[in-house]
Amino acid sequence: MTRPLRFLLNGSPVSLAEAPAQRTLLDWLREERRLTGTKEGCNEGDCGACTVMISDPQPEGGHRWQVRNACILLLPMLHGRAVRTVEGLGEGGAFHPVQEELVRHHGSQCGFCTPGIAVALAAAHADGRRDFDTALAGNLCRCTGYASIIRAAEAAAEAPAPGWVKEDLARLDDLAAPGPLTGPGWIAHDDVDAFAAWYRDHPEARLVAGATDVGLWVTKKLMDITPVAFLHRLKRLKRVEVTTTHITFGALAPIEALRVRLAEDAPQLGAFLSRFGSEQVRAAGTVGGNIANASPIGDSLPLLIALGATLRLRRSETRREMPLEDFFLDYGVQDRKSGEFVEAVTLPRPRAAEGRLVRAWKISKRRDQDISAVAGAFDFVIANGTVSTARIAFGGMAATPRRARATEAALVGRPWTEATIRAAGEALAEDFTPISDMRASARYRMEAARGLLERLWHESRGTGPIEIDRVLEEAAR
Amino acid sequence: MTVAVHKPHPHDSAPLHVSGKARYTDDIPAPAGTLHLAFGLSPAARGRIRRLDLAPVRAAEGVVAVLGADDLPRPVDLSPAHAGDEPLLATGTVHYLGQPLFLVVATSHLAARRAARLAGIDIAGEKPVLTIDDAIAAGTDLEPPLEWRKGDAEAAIAAAPHRVRGRIEVGGQEHFYLEGHAALALPLEDGGMEIHASTQHPTEIQHKVAEALGLPMSWVRVSVRRMGGGFGGKESQGSALAVACAIAAWKTGRPCRMRYDRDDDMIITGKRHEIRIDYEAGFDADGRLLGVRFAHFLRCGWSTDLSLPVADRAMLHADNAYHLPHVTIRSRRLRTNTQSNTAFRGFGGPQGMMGIERVIQHVAATLGKDPLEVRRVNLYRPMAAVAAGEAAQTTPYGQPVEDSIIDALVDRLAREARYAERRAAIARWNAGSPVIKRGIALTPVKFGISFTLTHLNQAGALVHLYQDGSIRINHGGTEMGQGLNMKVAQVAAEAFSVPVEAVRITTTDTARVPNTSATAASSGSDLNGMAVKAACETIRARLTRFLAERHQCPEEVVRFSEGRVHVGTNVLTLAEAARAAHEARISLSSTGFYATPKIHWDRTRGQGRPFFYFAYGAAVSEVAIDPLTGETRILRVDVLHDVGRSLNPAIDIGQIEGGFVQGAGWLTMEELAWDERGRLLTHAPSTYKIPVASDRPRIFNVALWDGENREPTIYRSKAVGEPPFMLAISVHQAIAEAVAAAAGVPFVALDAPATPERIALAVRNARAGENAP
Ligand SMILES: Cc1cc2nc3c(=O)[nH]c(=O)nc-3n(C[C@H](O)[C@H](O)[C@H](O)COP(=O)(O)OP(=O)(O)OC[C@H]3O[C@@H](n4cnc5c(N)ncnc54)[C@H](O)[C@@H]3O)c2cc1C
Ligand code: FES
Ligand code: FES
Repeated sequence: MTRPLRFLLNGSPVSLAEAPAQRTLLDWLREERRLTGTKEGCNEGDCGACTVMISDPQPEGGHRWQVRNACILLLPMLHGRAVRTVEGLGEGGAFHPVQEELVRHHGSQCGFCTPGIAVALAAAHADGRRDFDTALAGNLCRCTGYASIIRAAEAAAEAPAPGWVKEDLARLDDLAAPGPLTGPGWIAHDDVDAFAAWYRDHPEARLVAGATDVGLWVTKKLMDITPVAFLHRLKRLKRVEVTTTHITFGALAPIEALRVRLAEDAPQLGAFLSRFGSEQVRAAGTVGGNIANASPIGDSLPLLIALGATLRLRRSETRREMPLEDFFLDYGVQDRKSGEFVEAVTLPRPRAAEGRLVRAWKISKRRDQDISAVAGAFDFVIANGTVSTARIAFGGMAATPRRARATEAALVGRPWTEATIRAAGEALAEDFTPISDMRASARYRMEAARGLLERLWHESRGTGPIEIDRVLEEAAR
Repeated sequence: MTVAVHKPHPHDSAPLHVSGKARYTDDIPAPAGTLHLAFGLSPAARGRIRRLDLAPVRAAEGVVAVLGADDLPRPVDLSPAHAGDEPLLATGTVHYLGQPLFLVVATSHLAARRAARLAGIDIAGEKPVLTIDDAIAAGTDLEPPLEWRKGDAEAAIAAAPHRVRGRIEVGGQEHFYLEGHAALALPLEDGGMEIHASTQHPTEIQHKVAEALGLPMSWVRVSVRRMGGGFGGKESQGSALAVACAIAAWKTGRPCRMRYDRDDDMIITGKRHEIRIDYEAGFDADGRLLGVRFAHFLRCGWSTDLSLPVADRAMLHADNAYHLPHVTIRSRRLRTNTQSNTAFRGFGGPQGMMGIERVIQHVAATLGKDPLEVRRVNLYRPMAAVAAGEAAQTTPYGQPVEDSIIDALVDRLAREARYAERRAAIARWNAGSPVIKRGIALTPVKFGISFTLTHLNQAGALVHLYQDGSIRINHGGTEMGQGLNMKVAQVAAEAFSVPVEAVRITTTDTARVPNTSATAASSGSDLNGMAVKAACETIRARLTRFLAERHQCPEEVVRFSEGRVHVGTNVLTLAEAARAAHEARISLSSTGFYATPKIHWDRTRGQGRPFFYFAYGAAVSEVAIDPLTGETRILRVDVLHDVGRSLNPAIDIGQIEGGFVQGAGWLTMEELAWDERGRLLTHAPSTYKIPVASDRPRIFNVALWDGENREPTIYRSKAVGEPPFMLAISVHQAIAEAVAAAAGVPFVALDAPATPERIALAVRNARAGENAP
């Protein structure tokens, strides 16, 4: 390695001469630093016991805090960043307000989840947020039933944040000089063009963006992922560009950016995307990673397909574009050539318009941080009681995320009636032959997909509460 | 006035928890050169091992040793029941997919995990027995079916004006303690062994390690500072790791540590027992149960473990809070080629209660009544009536129910939660709601407190008073988050009338308090609190005698109150009293012991008084379902729960909230699935979903019943660990009500867990006229 890996750990600079590509931050903290406050509860990003705060360089400059799962955060991804673990939350011997209130409100029982929860709440506190259910969607607690934790979070909300919340971020700019960074079996470019050229010459390299999929290959499959190129420093690819008609997400834009941006045009889509993983996963996982990973249950995919997204691939200086739906050829097979990477995805803005009905729904056993049994996305225009356009895409119904073309055909040009919806529901069987697995049976997948069509119908008529979460919010008021 | 008990002290470790300083087993700094272990697992559920090629494992980077069953110093049976059916490493045949076959000892956790996957394994497979149906067909009972009878249920049912019969299937549950199993063994200079383990049962670990190494128990010391959750999952199933570490440490002479990766933990260890209950009931026009028959079928997994007492407790809670004049309960405990199911909060009790609560719901629907009305006519008669001379009603196993407060508790809860009004409002709301439907239900809990194996109901303690007045307590219970240490410290502080901060809580250690029972059956503070109190009282009595003599006054005028020692008009600090006593050569250290009185039990006949007392509670849950997709939300929960005179109301409320949410998880989203080869498909939190923050009831009112234990328990408190778990049955019942409303039928036989899929299909099936989801 030509240059050491440098970052701030709880306010102190760390410089590592050697950082193996698959060394996780969690193992490094616990084994090398003996910082055992950060816990391993699952080693796959799902429990939050390993939650840490890290700074995230913004495409428009500056840094912001985010929460991440240290168990699937690989050391090379830390260059130039600030890391805060539970040991670093307090200041000057005093607890952070969330720690203080967790004690006072009996927010810990066995205490094993507590460091991760304290960090997740400290991150929410840093942003002045009070949507604690969302902030904690990635943190499991098996003991408390959460009520006491939420009480603690409420109580801490008004207290001032420790100074490091701002100070750490101001110390980052000199930490990491520009230029590629390398280590044993890995490289991390910070310039897209240089990376593109390098990848053309090293097409065998594995690409890692947010590592929310790749991380599990390391921790669970125990795979050697080298040679590997880390993409997270390609700041230009994190950008989100908006025109009057279209939005373009760079491949490295985190899922959280997708959620925030789409919610501005269509709040319901924001609600849908708030069920993508957890805060930690949405901060780490990228739009390009979700597309390139091409899982049949990748949640952004049916949405982007229904909205008519165009994918841009790049190999060196050559770019090609295609409708996103054409990228997914079969299970595990995509239309991506050697040396080609996902550069961006562009979609027409999902703004409200006369007769336009844009919705996406996810169905899973648990509301938050679960993998979809079925996810459905719909972009309809109903004009004069007739369906004039209908784009429908589903995840979880086939080997790839896919358009429901027979169903669309059963709708377009037909009167917008319950009978039409029924017929469309029947047509779903022409589009899909879903499978049974531990998440859902084939019969349920089909019935639930039909249920979503029916929900859309009810939703368009505006009669009564249709979405169960709205019933919940009303009842809680 | 008390100084320490009945007060909401925060958990003693809370400041350590929130700062990350609290040490769990895998956080304990180990000496340099410590080795790490991993098990190699069976890839088949059933069959004979034809070949086990460990050469590639031995050749792997970082591997120091690899042990197969033949390399163990002596055969090891891990069975907590001494059933002889639980070898540490499979010998000859395999019994479930995930069974440990060999042990890798390596220089790092990662190296051990990597190497464990490299063995050449060839198993002559046989068709595994996986489901309850498979096991019934194969007749794989662990013991002959058990049947308990009270009266003549068959005749009562036949003569009853109304009858129902049916079946409910209730899935198992993964513990998902946030801290997976872990152990560390440190070999001593003389061949002894020191073990740190994440276990609810240090004495059993001590026993198993001693057996495995051929050592007397006195040569093995096991300590547990805390667990990151246990819930029963660490009652018996941690032995494998501790014994493996001990054997490897003995072989290599180096410290050895092991933790299960989460997926391994879920694949190797047992879970809550899945149950099938067939029922038949006869009842009158008011819904009064005249005769009831239950047949229980429990999926026990590959070995005996704790399945027999778990299945017994399911039978013991087949009545829940209802008087059953004529009842027959039959139970089959079925061996299957899956993980060995084990203790889990409630220990079979929740499963047993699901049967009778279903019966009530079925009866109410048949009569067109509000299920609460049917519940009320069947509740056990109140303690007050018994006190007034009425004969106590007896449980199906012949124990008189003398302490019931359930009728008054249910009345108060129904009133305060406005059950009747809300039920009517929900019916109106449902009629006007095109899609979403709501449901509400109130269910009671009566839970028996004591280990059913009578000899386990004992505890020891060791208390030291130092000359500066500080106190150090040791007891046999283990801390897993339930706040046991704080409660016991409060008891000690109260005994000397000092602030709780004066009491130092320590690691549970078999070298300090021997021959302990598992911390289980909700008994931790009942038993250990009493033992600590006894020890404190011994020391206090010595101090009293000494001070009375010194001040030439009667012992009666020596009082420990308001943080001081009063000797007539003289007032001393505890430190002054302790120092003076020490100088007078009075021992300031004592053991204490407690054995629960009154209990006796014959499990084969199903007769006796297995329980010292009962804990009561009730909950009202309101839910909404979306019949289109089957999604559910819990809208509101009101709980009223009986903890006697609470030792620590904050800790008790925490147990209630946490137990409820865990119970709701069991009955809604937590679903275990195996494939046809016996492979657990839900072996990680990505596929096995426990409740997260947004799943908790948004409106969650928890109140404690204002009363005290009729029995002389520690400060008249009641056990709280398990009973609140079963309050969540109200969630399942409320969902079933909503499903019936959605389908437009009076009753739907909803199984558990009520996942979105199960709900959506139940609605569709019921609409189509089939009442079996
Ligand atoms: C706890 C947890 C919860 C999750 N929940 C969800 C969920 O609810 N919904 C959902 O859809 N997914 C979920 N995921 C999966 C994952 O978060 C997403 O697929 C995410 O979008 C992946 O992005 P990433 O940047 O982390 O990809 P990585 O893991 O870095 O990479 C994934 C794959 O894409 C390739 N790749 C990445 N970027 C590019 C690029 N620019 N060009 C070409 N190839 C590239 C990589 O080589 C790799 O093959 C979850 C994961 C975890 C751990
Ligand atoms: S250990 Fe569970 S999310 Fe990292
Ligand atoms: S306190 Fe035990 S897991 Fe949260």
